[in-house]
Formats: sequence, C-alpha cells, structure tokens
Amino acid sequence: MTGRTDPMPSDAAESGCFHCGLPVPSGAHYPVMFEGRPRETCCGGCQAVANAIIENGLGAYYHHRTGPAGGPGEPLIPDELRELKLFDQPEVQRQFVTDETDRASGRVLREASLILEGITCAACVWLNERHVRALTGVTDFTVNYSTHRARVRWDPELLALSDILEAIRSIGYRAHPYDPGTRDKAFQRERHLALRRLAVAGLGMMQVMMLAVALWLGHGDEEHSALLQFMRWVAAGLTTPVVFYAAVPFFRSAWRDLRHRQLGMDVPVSLAILSTYFASLYSVALGTGEHVYFESVAMFVFFLLTSRYLELMARQRSSQAIDRLDRLIPALATRLTADGRDEQVPVAELAPGDRVRVRPGEPLPADGLVESGESTVNQALLTGEPEPCLRQAGDAVTGGTVNVDSPLVVRVTRVGAETTLAAIQRLLDRAQTDKPRLARLAERGTGHFTAAVLILTTLVGLVWYFWIAPDRAFWVVVAMLVATCPCALALATPVAITTTTGVLSRIGLLLTRGQAVEDMARADVVCFDKTGTLTVGRPEWVATQVLNPGFDGPELLRLAAALERHSEHPLAKALVQAAGDASLPSLQHVRNVAGRGLSGVLDGVELRVGTAGFVGLDEIPEGVRPPDTHAQATSVWMARAGEILGVFWLADQPRPRVRETVQELRELGVEVVLLSGDRPESAAIFAEHAGISEAKGGMTPEDKVHYVSERQARGQIVLMAGEGINDAPVLAGADISLAMGSGTRIAQTQADLVLMSDRLEAIPAAIRQSRDTLRIVRQNLIWAVGYNGVALPVAATGLLTPWLAALGMSISSLIVVGNALRLRREGESLLSDAADRVTLPATVIRPREG
Amino acid sequence: MEVLYLLIPIALILVLVIGLALFWAIRSGQYEDMEGPAHRILMDDDDPLIPGNREKRDSGDSNPGKRDG
Repeated sequence: MTGRTDPMPSDAAESGCFHCGLPVPSGAHYPVMFEGRPRETCCGGCQAVANAIIENGLGAYYHHRTGPAGGPGEPLIPDELRELKLFDQPEVQRQFVTDETDRASGRVLREASLILEGITCAACVWLNERHVRALTGVTDFTVNYSTHRARVRWDPELLALSDILEAIRSIGYRAHPYDPGTRDKAFQRERHLALRRLAVAGLGMMQVMMLAVALWLGHGDEEHSALLQFMRWVAAGLTTPVVFYAAVPFFRSAWRDLRHRQLGMDVPVSLAILSTYFASLYSVALGTGEHVYFESVAMFVFFLLTSRYLELMARQRSSQAIDRLDRLIPALATRLTADGRDEQVPVAELAPGDRVRVRPGEPLPADGLVESGESTVNQALLTGEPEPCLRQAGDAVTGGTVNVDSPLVVRVTRVGAETTLAAIQRLLDRAQTDKPRLARLAERGTGHFTAAVLILTTLVGLVWYFWIAPDRAFWVVVAMLVATCPCALALATPVAITTTTGVLSRIGLLLTRGQAVEDMARADVVCFDKTGTLTVGRPEWVATQVLNPGFDGPELLRLAAALERHSEHPLAKALVQAAGDASLPSLQHVRNVAGRGLSGVLDGVELRVGTAGFVGLDEIPEGVRPPDTHAQATSVWMARAGEILGVFWLADQPRPRVRETVQELRELGVEVVLLSGDRPESAAIFAEHAGISEAKGGMTPEDKVHYVSERQARGQIVLMAGEGINDAPVLAGADISLAMGSGTRIAQTQADLVLMSDRLEAIPAAIRQSRDTLRIVRQNLIWAVGYNGVALPVAATGLLTPWLAALGMSISSLIVVGNALRLRREGESLLSDAADRVTLPATVIRPREG
Repeated sequence: MEVLYLLIPIALILVLVIGLALFWAIRSGQYEDMEGPAHRILMDDDDPLIPGNREKRDSGDSNPGKRDG
C-alpha cells in the first residue's frame, strides 16, 4: 500500500504522465522537478498541479498513492474563479454553512460540507488534508475516504471559503460545497441504528454461545443442575435484547408483508426467531432445560443483521455517488427587476414568471423559455451530446444545462421540485429502492418453502399428539421449526450479492439493481455505443494543417487559443488545452458569434476562428482533408484579415484499453457489437481499431432498440453500454444496462450499472465476478435446501436432540456465509489484476530511498 | 463451581460496559469512515521535522500565498 517499492525501472517514466498517468503526447514537453530529477507530464495542467504539490512540500503523495490522479489537471480559468467567489456571498453560504463559536478563542468559526472530486486513493485524502490544514485560518479539515465528503471549519476573518476551494483546485481536485440536508442526516440515523442493532446482536451472540457450550457439555449432569439452570436464565436474559431490540426490523417488515398478504423472507425469519425464543423461554420456565435454543436465535439475528448492514451501506453509497446531481443547479441567479435592474437572489427564491439573466458559462437556474438573446446551450446533462445547440427567443431551456456563448434572458416556467432535473432525481430514488429480482425470486421460493414446512410441521405435530406421544408433540414441533429455520436459505443470496456489490464498487462499478448480477453472468452479447462510451466523448485536438507558409503549427495554435479562450465551447476548450500554457497574446474587440466562431483584433488586424462559413470560405480548398487516422475529425478554421491561415482538426479519441477490453470479453465467450449513430464507414473504421467484428453504423435510437430486441428474440441476453438520452431507450430495453459515470445523468437513472471509474476493463471483470457469484448462490441454495431436506425427517421422528438441531443450523449458516465470502477473496485478486493494469503508467515512481 | 455465580454476573457487567462503549463509538462517528484513518496514520510523514526539508519548504512557498510559516 504505502511507500510501495516498485520493481519497475525508473526509465518507465517515459511511458506516462508523471501526474495523471495518461500517455505523454509526442512533442509535448512539460517537465516537473521531483527529488532532483525532471519528470515528464502530459500537459500544462498536470505540470501546474504537480508543481503546486511538490512546492508545498507534499511530494510524498507520489510515493504513497496507489493509483494515478483522477484525471489531467486543468488550468483554473477566470470564469471558474468568479464562480468560486460566488460561494463567499452570504446569501449563498446560508444554504450550506453553519456558524459556530469556538469556546477556546471566542471567535466565530464557519463550518461547511464539501464533495471532493478526483479522489482515487488514500494518498489523495492525505494530500488534501495536509494542503488545506496548512492554510492560515483553517481550523479543521477532514476527508471521509469512503464517501469522498469533507468537512471544513474556518475563521471567516482570516480567509474566505473561495480561498479554500481554490487551494484544493490548485492541487488538481475539485470541491463543491453542498447542503448535507435532511437525506444525509436520515442516512446517518439509519446507519447508526443498524450499527447499534448489530452491536447488541453481536455481543449477545458471543455471550450466549459461550454459555451454550457449557450447557451442551453439561447436558444431563444431575450434580450441577442448579448451575445449568442459572446459566439458562442468563442466556435468556442476554437473548431478550437481541430479540426485542436487534431483531425488530425483521418483525416490522414481516408485519408489512402479512398486511399485504404476502409471504416474504421476513415472515419465516420472524416466525423462527419468535417461536424459538418463546419455546426456549417456556422450556427454561418449566425447569426441564430440554429445549433451549437461545444461541441459535442470537446467531441467526446477528448473521442476518450483518448481511442487511452491508446491503444498506451499498445502497447508501450508490445513492450518494449519484446525488452530485444537486450541484448542477447554481446557488445564485441574476433576476431582472421590473425596472430592468439586475439583482442577485438565491435560486430557491425564484418563482415562475421571473426573468433571469444567464451569462455565458453559467448553468441555467431553472426550466424556462428564452425571452431574448441567442446563444448555444450545452445540453450534455440531457443528451450526452457534447456539442452545444443553438437556442433563440421562444425556445425552451432546461435548468442545469449550461449557457455557452452569449448572455440570455430567460423567463422561468418551472422551479424547484417541478423541474426536469428534480424529476430525474426522483426517478433515481425510485430506481434505488427497487428490490433486486434475484432476491425477490429467492423470497418467493422461501414463501412456498415456508408454507410447505408449516403445513408439514402441523401435520407431524398432530400425528405425534393423537397417535404417538401427546406430551412430546410440542417439542417435536419446536425441533422441526428450529431445524428448518430458513436461516441458511435467507442468507444464501443476499450475502453473496452484497459481497459482489462491494467488490464491484471497488473497481468503480456501481450496482444499482441486484438483479443485474444474475443477468450479467448470463450475458451473451455486449453492445457498445461509440461516442462517450468507447471514446472519451469530447473533442481533442489531433492535427493542424497550415495553409499559409508564413506560419508554423504551434504559432497558429497559439493565436487560435488566444481567441478561443474567450469561449466555453468544447471545441474552443480543446484548442486552448492543446496550446497548453504557451503565453497567449491578448486581443481586443473579441466577439463571440453563437454557434459559428470568434473574432478579435490583434495589432490592428482582425483574426477569426470558427466554421468554414464564418471565416469566409464558400467551399473547402483542395487538399484539405482530415488526417487518415481520424476520418471523422471536425475542422476549425483560422483566418487573418480574410486570408485563410490554416485549419485545426479535432476528434473524439478512443478511451484507453478499448482493445484489451474487447479481447477479454471475447475470451469470456461474449460477443461484442458496436452500435453507433455515426456514419457506417467511420463506425467500421473504429470497430476495426478496437478489434470488434460486428459494427452497425448510422443507427437511430429506434434502430438500436430494434437490434437489441432482435437479439433477445433469439434467446440471447444483451448487455448494453451507453450514455446520453439517445441511448436511454435502448438501455431500458436491454437485459442489463451500463452507463458511463461521466455520462448523462438520465442515462444513469435507467442503468443497472454505472461505471464510475470510466475504466472499460471493469466490464469483463464484472462479468467474471457475477458468474462466480451465481455459482456461489447456487451452491448455497443447494446446501440450504439439502440440509433442510435431511434435517426435517430426522426432526419429525423426534430423534434430533436440541443441541444437535441448533448446532446443525448454526453450522449450515456459517457454511453459507463462508462460501459467499470466498467471492471476496476471488474479487480481490480480480481487483488487483485490474488495478495493476490500470496503474501501470503511474507506478513510475522509483522506490523510496532510505 | 460456585465461583461461576460471581463470574457470570461480572461478565454481564463487562458486556454492558462494552455495549455502552460501542454505542458511544457509533455515536461519535468512529464507524463513518472505515478506510481513511488506517491510511492516514501511515502517511503522516516526518518531512517537516527534518531541518533541511523545512527550509526548502519555507522558501519554495508560492501557492496559494496563504500558508503559514
């Protein structure tokens, strides 16, 4: 883990960026000095971040980390700085900041909760804590590694919140204040209650078990009968809180099931707990001590609670990961008053009918109609499409989407809970409370099983009462109930699934529905969308074609970036990033024409960057075509005083390790298909590059749905991986859906799995893991049913002694739990495989000396 | 064997104490982050205590301009 000694030679440093681990583009030169040696980084952003880390004496981060940084560093742009400053306004802070008086100094301190983005390993937590705590005025800063949340306490007289956010930004992470709100508190209450119940059940179980051993060994010992009876009473006393405090959730849910006339898993569970407890109590009260099963009760409750607790944690984690949605809505809006003045109001105070001004680069505060202005709006939130689309007066716009080019005045139509964004969030919540089908199936099975056992037990009890020995009938019935207690059966599926959920979440795959495990294991076909799934989903600069011999490529790029840095458009950002931190000349009279390009004046000459039409071209000059490697590249033209200087080619790049992922899926016997909305030729080129044999291009969302259902009609099980609203229908139609974590939120609401890490190699790993899970579940079910099948007749004949029944039940539960935990071990090796492959470029740090 | 009549009640009291301690630990949030602290204690490096490094750190102080020292 820490201070890992790395066998890799340090020459490997050439293979990837020192900071983020991505490949260093050829020709890029952004060195940082670390421990007296220069290291290469991939871009100016990474260089700046790595320098900030090293200069602040935090270079040890590079020794301690176990994974590369979450992504390349990005330079802090002025707009963003302004956005951070917004968080200093009292109206905004009111939503998430609490004041506190420090008792020692009498100063008023402020406290806020932050969501941190970019945390990939424990060293990131260390880095952030060390860096922020060193700021003057910060009294406390703690990061929760599991949830990526942080709490910060600071003295508002010494520094502002935006300084803290900026400091975090400077080392390559992003922090967003958020309102912990009622849901977080409810989550915490739920978690604490579950833990307390677990503690009571655990302690009770240990003590009762200890006494039980004495009781079993001393069985029939006449000499110490008083002592044994005393022990029985102690065991009864210890089991009472376990039953009436720890096991309450089972009773509640069983009662709910009964009211709905269902036989869920909790009905037999409650029945077993209560009947065993009361029968044992009755037996102790009689003083015979023949049938005391307190240890079975306590152990059963403890195991079940453990599995429920793990399930609860997995659920809360996945919902926390997705509720970053909240911060898409800005905290403040600029409202236009009746007399045309601007005023800043918190978004919560907006009402339908208000007019708001939205500056370029700002997200829209609510749903509305454009009243005046013309701009492009980035709707990636809804469509996954990185290209912004044009919005003019009268068009509808959605809250949370980002205005790109020029100011808009928007009349608000829907606010708060009525907005599209809120609707998406509700969808999500509902998806998460859905019960996994596999668990439901097991429950239905248990329902029948329980009914059968109850009927059989009653019959056997009646037979004993009327024909064999009336005085033993009751105890035979109790023995049967204990022996057939659905313990192992109840644990068989959930323990395996929660283990797998945990393993998968560690490789960055969130399981939102448990049923996905079952389907994934059986998947025959994996269909990939192209843009944003197999590719990064945003344009990157790939080539410059110089058309005027008086200029060279880098200089052209520098000029273009000087203009483009005034725009929020993805193409513009890609060019600015490509130019890196080369010093950019400043231009006068910069004008941004929505959806077309930018113009500005440098040394008295007009420069233009944009579409061919915008720079005054009617037709594409001969010899200008995209580079062979990127036939799909988009062109951005550059002109000076009407003369064309050159053209930049930008294209969407494939994600790392696409080929390996496809190869691995093949080895698992899964067919891989590319379903793309792109032209068939370019889909075919991409498929060839990725090693995919079947590629379908030019597909509309309906075509994709049709294709998938055709496959399903052939009896195949289809896993669809995609992102964007255009994939939402096919995601809903596929047997298992997987959405990219960086993709559209609406796609994630439909998905069974969300790939948070954006590492494709997690997909084959997950399929392997789910196959193992299914195998384990099957073994567990066979064992549980088999055990009950043997125990029931033995108990019915009255041969099963109480301690044998209890021991059998406990051991069968332990076997089921232990079997499921094997998944964890296998999961970890699978994880380390994946992790090794992923962190390869980052392990360039040479072993620590001394 | 009679000593068990004393030992078992003592065990019960101990269980009660442990239970209360657990409840307190849960309430004070010690189970909120099960992974972080384990790493944190290992990574608390001694760099600032080494005189040479301390000087380097003080002079290489540039970002974000609000550090102490």
